[in-house]
Amino acid sequence: MKITFASGKGGTGKTTISTNLTSYLASMGKSVVLADLDVEEPNSALFIKSKLKKTTVSNKMIPKWNAVDCTLCKKCVEVCNFNAIVAMPKEILVFPELCHSCYACSELCPTDSLPMTPSRIGEIKEFSADGFSLVEGRLDLGQEMAVPLIAQTIKYIDENFNDSIKILDAPPGTSCPVIEASRGSDYVILITESTPFGLNDLTLAVETMKVLKQNFGIIINRYGIGNNGVEEYCKAENIPIISKIQNDKELAKLYANGELIYPKIEHFKNSLDEIITFIGGLK
Amino acid sequence: MREVVVISGKGGTGKTSLSASFAYLEGSNALVSDCDVDAANMHLLLDANFKNKSDFFSGEIAIIDEDSCTNCGICFEACKFDAITEDDDFHIVDPISCEGCHYCFRVCPHDAITMQTQKAGDIFVSDIKNSTQMVHAKLGFAAENSGKLVAKVKTEAKILALRGDKEFVITDGSPGIGCPVISSLSGASLVVLVTEATVSGLHDLKRVQELVKTFNLEAVCIINKYDLNANVTQDIEDFLDAQNIEVIAKLPYDETFTKALAKAQPIVEYSKDGELSLLVKDSWERIKTIIRNQK
Repeated sequence: MKITFASGKGGTGKTTISTNLTSYLASMGKSVVLADLDVEEPNSALFIKSKLKKTTVSNKMIPKWNAVDCTLCKKCVEVCNFNAIVAMPKEILVFPELCHSCYACSELCPTDSLPMTPSRIGEIKEFSADGFSLVEGRLDLGQEMAVPLIAQTIKYIDENFNDSIKILDAPPGTSCPVIEASRGSDYVILITESTPFGLNDLTLAVETMKVLKQNFGIIINRYGIGNNGVEEYCKAENIPIISKIQNDKELAKLYANGELIYPKIEHFKNSLDEIITFIGGLK
Repeated sequence: MREVVVISGKGGTGKTSLSASFAYLEGSNALVSDCDVDAANMHLLLDANFKNKSDFFSGEIAIIDEDSCTNCGICFEACKFDAITEDDDFHIVDPISCEGCHYCFRVCPHDAITMQTQKAGDIFVSDIKNSTQMVHAKLGFAAENSGKLVAKVKTEAKILALRGDKEFVITDGSPGIGCPVISSLSGASLVVLVTEATVSGLHDLKRVQELVKTFNLEAVCIINKYDLNANVTQDIEDFLDAQNIEVIAKLPYDETFTKALAKAQPIVEYSKDGELSLLVKDSWERIKTIIRNQK
């Protein structure tokens, strides 16, 4: 079972809910793993007491120019659709940050002068916590493309934790990184808040899920502030509301301090129970 | 014309509420751009009328013609994105996985593949509150290339600002440190970092500041919800101090922000003389002073 927590708008509570849910499931004796896929700004590890177990360097493959046999025919420049290769009078230059790793230049080079080589984009870190594991993807600063690292982090948990319940904490937004974090999951839970911003970004996320033909439900966080636009929308669209989490400054304070919420706030724990019951009823 | 770019690293710290307030305060002397194209919502606070709409094309996808395809599998071998699958009589492209690299198109021996330009979204130029304009965008559902769309929105805003002889462009950036953020930062005169007094707010601030530093941009910071956790606020201030970044405002945890949002108003419109509004007004004045004193 693989569940992705996503949201259009940032700061709606994805990390709060996924870290607490994982810890709570583990406390019930379930085998569970949490993957932090917000690789640009991963911070699940801030909320979970854990020990770093293993760090794996994450690479993307880029062409590396080998001068020996190159005839400067410029075939590589011609086939690169991302302007990542430039021919100078006496050499070929590769711009790694523009490369999409399509291999066209490398495989179509008549003299095999552009072998694909690994180039670091970030790290995958595995932490062991109390009864469960946390796997975090962390993009290096200055790297522009989050998607390859998200894909590798998912692959990592698929290979190493195949029998566990997999909780995926997605990045915010509605474009490629969120799609990568959602498309292979059994179910996506979109977290929103009952404000016009929350509703606006929720509708974008919902449309994205529909394009992906992905099953999804909704959690309304900070319930009680704002207005009832989100509820009306969900009703009109026939989208299940899995839980409503009450707005609570004490909860915000625990979060601010990097603490888990469910051991201390009863209504939040009740919401986690609702989520677990809902997930248990899937399929 | 000088550009103020508001970014945050972490989402939900109040970036858009603040940028919209700055826009409201400066009125016709500023042009506004919403570069959080993944989840654009600044228009909700500024009563945008979506007046001028234009298409934004970016990226391509491969299309295989069933009749010409002989099912030879060469495209399947070439594709590194698992975008091509074999059907009974021909191969087929998954448009969501296709990266638009042209590799299959180049190697198909039967010319069965064409590349089709994709519409990635819409760009709008809207009239907004306080007699100015805003450039904003709507990314197509499950579309790509938000970094390119950000660049387009910014360019459009700058052109309009120059034509209208505006002193400022106010840009609401996107969360994160990746492609859209890097694109938002290009050409900024001053970066306003918005953070909150939470452990994740601090963590994300540190990462985004590293990025700002690599571009040699001048930055200031606003700490939101500073009273949630005094220790974290102190850590944030220590970090900023070491980075030589001025804290131009510390805002309390206050649900007036949300109440204003529910009324579709920036805080400085909703509660004109409230404590929060005064703090926001002071910070905008400070931003202008800093920019006007830049050489």
